[in-house]
Amino acid sequence: MTTPNLTANPPVETDLTEVVAGVAGALWLLGAALFGLLAVYFIGIDQGMTSVFGHTLGIHEFVHDGRHFLGFPCH
Amino acid sequence: MERKFVLRGLASGALAGLLAFVFARIFAEPVIGRAIDYETARDTAQTALARAAGQLAPPTAPALFSRTVQEDIGIAVALVVFGAALGALLAVVFTLVQRGSGRHLRPRALAVLLAAAAFVSVYLVPFLKYPANPPAIGHEDTIETRGSLYLVMQVVSIVAMVLAIQLGRVLARTRGSWQASLLAALAYLLVVGTTMAVLDPVHETPGPLRDAHGAIVLGGFPADDLYLFRLYALGGQLILWSVLGLALGPWAERALRQSGRPVLTRASAPG
Ligand SMILES: [Zn+2]
Repeated sequence: MTTPNLTANPPVETDLTEVVAGVAGALWLLGAALFGLLAVYFIGIDQGMTSVFGHTLGIHEFVHDGRHFLGFPCH
Repeated sequence: MERKFVLRGLASGALAGLLAFVFARIFAEPVIGRAIDYETARDTAQTALARAAGQLAPPTAPALFSRTVQEDIGIAVALVVFGAALGALLAVVFTLVQRGSGRHLRPRALAVLLAAAAFVSVYLVPFLKYPANPPAIGHEDTIETRGSLYLVMQVVSIVAMVLAIQLGRVLARTRGSWQASLLAALAYLLVVGTTMAVLDPVHETPGPLRDAHGAIVLGGFPADDLYLFRLYALGGQLILWSVLGLALGPWAERALRQSGRPVLTRASAPG
């Protein structure tokens, strides 16, 4: 297998802007993962088998058809 | 770059969710409507039977939202937000893989491959064991059991997929990519197949409702509607994942080019 020249990375520089960019990037990924998991939870699961806001059904009833259509257990 | 990938993932996912909503509104909603009609008819029949037997009928909960709100706005919001959530999660995986083991792949091919692997492991395989159900199917008091079973099936399937891909990459070094892919797929099927065999089945589709003399008062849930609902649910997920995978790749490639990073194209891809 031939190695593409992409793998020849330039030497890593550790100046401040790179560190800040790295932290910002990691935060974006973390935030995206958190949003994704929370949204999936509230649309698919909350107020069904578990409920974070107690015995209310507002979200469940509102997204009800979507919950069935997306294949989450319901009813 | 992470910010760009995440934003493009969110946009791809929201678009995918919107298209899935259009499909669902046209094809699935009429079936959901008939399922709810059946549920209502069954509740009425059960109340009548309970009265005839001299029992107290269980109270019915008042509807929080009208059917119009649920079938026009509720499902639209659900699918668009859910699509955006999948887009955000796929963008995270894409970003990590793209700078690691996936750097030899063209970004748009990588996005489609990741979306396909996610569709199979997150949805398709769990669906084979616990298919989507329309309203009227499933008892309220078994939701915790059914929810846990579905979640276990999903988690096992996702973990098995990640491990199978790693296994394939290791095997590819010595056996070539053809054999490695087949063996990895076999390993995945073995794990999810065993899990399916071990986990409890769920059979909650309502059968015919009979009175005290055994005469049928109301038939079972219509088989055709159950089939159609599951078919459309599968179709909706196909739309969701394929649009997501196809949209994210080119957008990610453009972001890479704009930042001056080299992007593998067909001409520069290793042979
Ligand atoms: Zn339901």
